[in-house]
Amino acid sequence: MSASVGARMNLKLRVWRQSGPDQPGGFMDVDAPDIPEDCSFLEMLDIVNERLVAEDVEPITFAHDCREGICGTCGVMINGRPHGPEAATATCQLHMRKFRDGDKIVIEPFRAASFPVVKDLMVDRRAFDRIIESGGYVSAPTGTAPDANETPIPKDVADFAMDAAACIGCGACVAACPNSAAQLFTAAKLGHLNVLPQGQPERLRRSEAMVETMESYFGSCTNHGECSAACPKEISLDFIAVMNRDYLKAKIKNRRLASQT
Amino acid sequence: MKTVASPTPAAAAAPAAAERVPPLRSRRRELPWPLSIYQTAVGKKYVMAATGIGLLGFVVTHMIGNLHLYEGPAQLNEYAEALRDLGGHLVPRTLILWLMRVGLLAMFVLHIHSAWSLKEISRRSSPRAGLISGSKRYAGGQDYASADFAGRTMRWTGPIIGLYVLFHLADLTWGWWLGDDYVRGDVYNNVVESLSSIPVALVYIVANAALSLHIYHGIWSAFQTLGVNNPRFNHLRRGLAAVVAATILAGNLSFPIMVQAGVVA
Repeated sequence: MSASVGARMNLKLRVWRQSGPDQPGGFMDVDAPDIPEDCSFLEMLDIVNERLVAEDVEPITFAHDCREGICGTCGVMINGRPHGPEAATATCQLHMRKFRDGDKIVIEPFRAASFPVVKDLMVDRRAFDRIIESGGYVSAPTGTAPDANETPIPKDVADFAMDAAACIGCGACVAACPNSAAQLFTAAKLGHLNVLPQGQPERLRRSEAMVETMESYFGSCTNHGECSAACPKEISLDFIAVMNRDYLKAKIKNRRLASQT
Repeated sequence: MKTVASPTPAAAAAPAAAERVPPLRSRRRELPWPLSIYQTAVGKKYVMAATGIGLLGFVVTHMIGNLHLYEGPAQLNEYAEALRDLGGHLVPRTLILWLMRVGLLAMFVLHIHSAWSLKEISRRSSPRAGLISGSKRYAGGQDYASADFAGRTMRWTGPIIGLYVLFHLADLTWGWWLGDDYVRGDVYNNVVESLSSIPVALVYIVANAALSLHIYHGIWSAFQTLGVNNPRFNHLRRGLAAVVAATILAGNLSFPIMVQAGVVA
């Protein structure tokens, strides 16, 4: 790690420690002195962990991978907000300069009944995989890649689909939702397929399957908007409205005529 | 997602399938359409939104009708009589009124049942959640970014409104505690007799404040739930909810306040 040029800060951490899924958990208070303000939140945890290892204490387990805000692996509750206080920022992109010297930081795992804690701050988000498996794809014929721009798509539509596709599946929406609902995740995954021409043939089947899989794992939306406020990719609540409309269509429409819409 | 070494050897030896997170709810046998829609959570939300709009229609009509109070006893009682005569000579007297009452009751039952079932689904999905949605879920506390007071108290304002409706019926439809002061058919007299009591007026004021909070979140929420979303008018939805809720609040609060102030006597 390169030498830091900025100031250093002393922090007091209150971290959730839990040795396994069915084990009782609790907070551990750790001092984090001399933290460079230029490092990211995860790098701060790395520094704390190195010191814990040197003291022969079990290091804090947290999930991480790309550390550039695109993989969706990291994510913890920081002072009661998923991914911390900064808008549109994943935990790995959160810089320590956003905190002040002497701050007390409470770190907890994302919580939902379908996000069981694996260890410490790491949770099992495979319930999301079940939602994707049930319809989050386009059944395309294999063969040579289609020509670029073969299917014309209006710019507004392409942009809207891209906004939905920005979802990294981190689970902050579920963690933020007072109901542990996964509406924003599911709506984003449905949205980026359902508004594009390639997604039309399976639109109704996909909407029904993914919504019902979602419902078997997660709570029910009450339109608070906490999910969108917590989302590191700022996915809009508009996608939830579109999902609701598509779901009702899926439940009502005569699907033998569905292509004539 | 990366995996870590299991903390216990027994868990490590278990087959991969056992590690899967099991669904919280298993799919029940599908009922015939359209009941199958109500079996799902999003379907229940639709019913909650649709019945909410129906009940809102009643609340608005009720408030506007009550404004006859300011025209005097004859006009208010005439309005009440006209409600019983709806349909004129085409239908038996009070038939339409009773049909509307049955419809209202059905909407109430569906609205409450869907709300209760969805609350239960959410409670099972959120570990350690308290009565107000989401409370106590995080041991370190949760810092809400966008959930407002109206939204977070829907599960309190709802039961308050339910109890208030029963109180209101007992007060002015059945005349349980007005005694000899209650004159069946003399709506103006009954309203003034009831609302001139300070405790009763306070009940009406508190309950109607709860009703307007409920309506404020309900209107905005219904747009989302029913999928009425269009970038051209999305920015108007919150404002519409606020204007409708404020109008209903102003109208409904004016009755106990004006009776207490002696303007209506």
